[in-house]
Amino acid sequence: MLKIKNINTYYGKLHALKNVSLHVSAGEIVALIGSNGAGKTTILNTVSAVTPPANGEIHFDGMLISRLSPDAIVKMGVSQVPEGRQIFKPLSVEDNLELGAYLRSGAGERRKDIMKDKDAVYALFPRLGERRKQIAGTLSGGEQQMLAIGRALMAKPRLLLLDEPAMGLAPLLVQEIFRVIEELRREQGTSILLVEQNARVALRVADRGYVLETGKVILEETASELLANRDVQRAYLGKDRKEIWER
Amino acid sequence: MKIWDAKYECMPREELEQLQLERLQATLNRVYKNVTFYRKMFDELEIVPENMQSLSGLVKLPFTSKENLRMNYPYGMFAVPLREVVRVHSSSGTTEKPVVVGYTRNDIKAWTNLVARVMTAAGVTRDDMVQITFSYGMYTGAFGFHYGAEAIGASVIPMGTGNTEKQIMIMQDYRTSALISTPTYAITLAERMERIGVDPKKLSLRVGLFGGEPLSEAMREEIESRLGITATDNYGLSEIIGPGVAGECEYRCGMHIFEDTFIPEIIDPKTGEQLSAGRVGELVLTTLKKEAFPMIRYRTGDMTSLEYGPCRCGRTMVRMNKTAGRSDDMLIIRGVNVFPSQIESVLAAIVGTAPHYQIVADRKGAHDLLEVHFEAAEGTFFDEMKRQKAFLEMVEKRIRSVIGVSATVKLVAPNTIARHEGKAGIVIDRRKT
Repeated sequence: MLKIKNINTYYGKLHALKNVSLHVSAGEIVALIGSNGAGKTTILNTVSAVTPPANGEIHFDGMLISRLSPDAIVKMGVSQVPEGRQIFKPLSVEDNLELGAYLRSGAGERRKDIMKDKDAVYALFPRLGERRKQIAGTLSGGEQQMLAIGRALMAKPRLLLLDEPAMGLAPLLVQEIFRVIEELRREQGTSILLVEQNARVALRVADRGYVLETGKVILEETASELLANRDVQRAYLGKDRKEIWER
Repeated sequence: MKIWDAKYECMPREELEQLQLERLQATLNRVYKNVTFYRKMFDELEIVPENMQSLSGLVKLPFTSKENLRMNYPYGMFAVPLREVVRVHSSSGTTEKPVVVGYTRNDIKAWTNLVARVMTAAGVTRDDMVQITFSYGMYTGAFGFHYGAEAIGASVIPMGTGNTEKQIMIMQDYRTSALISTPTYAITLAERMERIGVDPKKLSLRVGLFGGEPLSEAMREEIESRLGITATDNYGLSEIIGPGVAGECEYRCGMHIFEDTFIPEIIDPKTGEQLSAGRVGELVLTTLKKEAFPMIRYRTGDMTSLEYGPCRCGRTMVRMNKTAGRSDDMLIIRGVNVFPSQIESVLAAIVGTAPHYQIVADRKGAHDLLEVHFEAAEGTFFDEMKRQKAFLEMVEKRIRSVIGVSATVKLVAPNTIARHEGKAGIVIDRRKT
């Protein structure tokens, strides 16, 4: 479904992604693991064309999308939930969701369908349903995250790019968010590319993962293999740190 | 017939190539970071691993030879700290330092899965009783098949080597249906059954997987007719993982190499140049998933060719033909790798100078014979039978202790062995089938 080949992305002179290749199959949840600055978020931003690659190819459903604009990519079915949630705080929950469907409203989309999708989001996140009229900025952190995801879903994506959905959330809310991620894949077959600082949680729902270091992929394995990999355990799962022999 | 891992074994080539590229890039970044040998070698050749952009770029990378592995004995090639290694094996072969290979927990899991693919392709199912007659020691064979069979859900009888009559008794009583052995040992079993009056066709045996030495077509036919089983071929080597690199499907048109885990290439053993598909040359393998012991362009020394055409079984993985000998002059005698250089060093140690000698390999029935013809120095006790006999026995004993199989040593008169440049003519292999 998503196929990335040899992308290089720069921030000015900083070479942030070095020949990164990866893929996400239909209905797959893929996690990107790595420390701060490894390039995880850059990969999401590169796919969504927020920071387009200097070179390399990104294919989505067989179409080359690495030269498309961000809105064209959303129209193709790729939606990003940015880190830090970035919802429209002065607007209501309902209006935030409406804006998520903005790119759809033109293309012969009927009001009715959009209403239906909004209801689907409320079904997925009952808390949002209870707070339709509430101003988004007054929601709790977890609710804001739900809203950010809900808003991305309003574009009816087939691939969801999720950036740090668990950041700053209480464990119970993290569970709730990841329950929804799994449900999206199960119920709607949505593919998900997931960046998460909390590697353990991410690998528990993911099928596969890539480990990034200084802009390079150093490991591609199934999620269960990554959980069993001691390098990953030490660096990203915070496991028996003192026991591990350091070279 | 069932396919164990259809997602990978039948992956469309385009998807497979993407996966290979991803894993190759990750492997290169990892070995550069973790293996001093590769970091030094890449730096010297000014290769920046992160610049690898395509599978065809592989040809720019240097080879890894068995010699490189020996130089890095024992742990120099490991890409993880020893703490993460849950198993070591060592490759069969010479008395020079062996090659030590390591496995992480994930490597063992991946290995298990690969052997399960081979065994499933050979027709082994969860209903089989699998009798393993390989040595459970430093060799990878027994453990590999053991894990593979268990993963499939078959029942394993971990017999180990030797004790032929007991093997046969167990085969009868436990209703063994799958045999794992060297081709030679399969014949030995058939011969013994004949002698003690056991009819192999009355056993439950139905399939055999072989290892340790090449399964020639003649050998295969003999095993199939004498034991009444389907004999299937597979390929593996410890330096890469053990058994589980490639295996034959029911159509027997070569062994499918598991390309999601290994990239095969065929090179000209003399020039190192990559050869196009279909041509015979030395098999070179790059591992894509190994954590503890990744190998970049490892020269297997095995001569073969690759077929990329589709296979009726549905697997998309390339097929390698039966190995057609070794690129060096290594001999395989009764499943043991024998290098002329080892014999030479024994002889040289005895006579104190470079010896003139010839190695003759032959086959009597299914039994490999090894003879060493050794040219005596001028005026050596040809007339003293007793001394000569003791001398030859001593040489035989030393050779045996060095190479691990017995050889008959014959003394020949001075200047009777033809002189050759280099190694040519030193080895005469009469076993070619």
